[in-house]
Amino acid sequence: MIALLLRDLRLAVRAGGGFGLGLVFFLIVVTLVPFGVGPEGGVLARIAPGILWLGALLACLLSLDRIFALDQEDGSLDLLATAPIPMEAVVAIKALAHWLTTGLPLTIAAPVLAVLLHLPQGAYGWLVLSLLVGTPALSVLGTFGAALTVGLRRGGLLLSLLVLPLYVPTLIFGAELVRRGAEGRTVEVPLLMLAGITAATIALMPFASAAAIRMNLRQT
Amino acid sequence: MSLWDYANPVKFMRLSGRLLPVASILAGISLAVGLVWGFFFTPDAENFGSTVKVIYVHVPAAMMAINIWVMMLVASLIWLVRRHHVSALAAKAAAPIGAVMTLIALITGAIWGQPMWGTWWAWDPRLTSFLILFLFYLGYMALWPAIENTETAADLTSVLCLVGSVFAVLSRYAVNFWNQGLHQGATLSLDRQQHIANVYWVPLLVCIAGFVLLFVALVLLRTRTEIRLRRLRALEQRERLA
Repeated sequence: MIALLLRDLRLAVRAGGGFGLGLVFFLIVVTLVPFGVGPEGGVLARIAPGILWLGALLACLLSLDRIFALDQEDGSLDLLATAPIPMEAVVAIKALAHWLTTGLPLTIAAPVLAVLLHLPQGAYGWLVLSLLVGTPALSVLGTFGAALTVGLRRGGLLLSLLVLPLYVPTLIFGAELVRRGAEGRTVEVPLLMLAGITAATIALMPFASAAAIRMNLRQT
Repeated sequence: MSLWDYANPVKFMRLSGRLLPVASILAGISLAVGLVWGFFFTPDAENFGSTVKVIYVHVPAAMMAINIWVMMLVASLIWLVRRHHVSALAAKAAAPIGAVMTLIALITGAIWGQPMWGTWWAWDPRLTSFLILFLFYLGYMALWPAIENTETAADLTSVLCLVGSVFAVLSRYAVNFWNQGLHQGATLSLDRQQHIANVYWVPLLVCIAGFVLLFVALVLLRTRTEIRLRRLRALEQRERLA
């Protein structure tokens, strides 16, 4: 399993595109927002939590179709299916690798970009915390979407249509957490809900994703 | 004779062929009666004027929007557990109807909201969760034709339906937490003393029955179409091989 994780990480870093692209996309989204809504500090500060969360979510979405597509093309997915580790573990490792290459860098980069959006002082800690807690759920749910669309040639657009509605609760609680943090209110409820969603998706979604992968492999 | 016998397409076709005209005619009658009664023979409500009459479409459509998803969930489960093709096709057939019902509920709600709330749309929890439900319907409908192998398509959409159900409910509560509502609470319930006045209640019940019957008729029709389509494809394939 560790070998699989290392292999996925190495592929993500070396194959070009996947690793840095999400971060650059995040930067571009954050740069474009002031062009759209105007450079006023007050407005930007108010919408900063939502924009940062949305940007992270979209950046996460970008690299989802690579999770299984490459493995399916060169046949290593079939090998993984017959390997002595269960499919659920494979899927979980894939999600972990995806998180390490997109979710974690996004979390680390977010405070820097938050400066550009004049996020209020008190909210930085909450921003990092919310992304740290919330992005694993994005990766796990994304793995499910990728598993559903693995056999499709042009699955990218469909993938976003399937995955984005699933992101709604995470986005709501994540952005709400930062917003409350920025206003200095108590953040316990959204934090616990966000953590609950993440924990539940990590625990349950690999089974759904693995089932979807098996269904996809059965047809060939 | 158990219910599972109708999982056999031939038996299902025979039964549904007999049921379809009955359901269609009953749906037509109850919709005509309910809507005409509701629109023209009920008094205008206090404070609401004649806008109250939108409930004869809005409430049944909204109920069906949710119940159709539940029906799809049950059909998907039956497919995953017992692998009856009719069940999978029924879920497939129900999805566009559910999506249209959601859209009707949203649009009639907007038409009502414009004079009453002064806005076509508000990010109210109920409205928002219906919009999210609509997105789930769209995603489900988009996945079906994308996959060539019909069995795999049925499998994957079933799994999506299960996961989607969980997240639709979760979104409902998340949205509740996120914003306070303009929308009134539930008007109809089985366990409360107070209901809306009988003048409105009875035609509304007729309309709800009409919508349910309409859904039954449509879903039977669409499932029959799907079965015939599949038979046709099988015949074509056999011919090509021969």
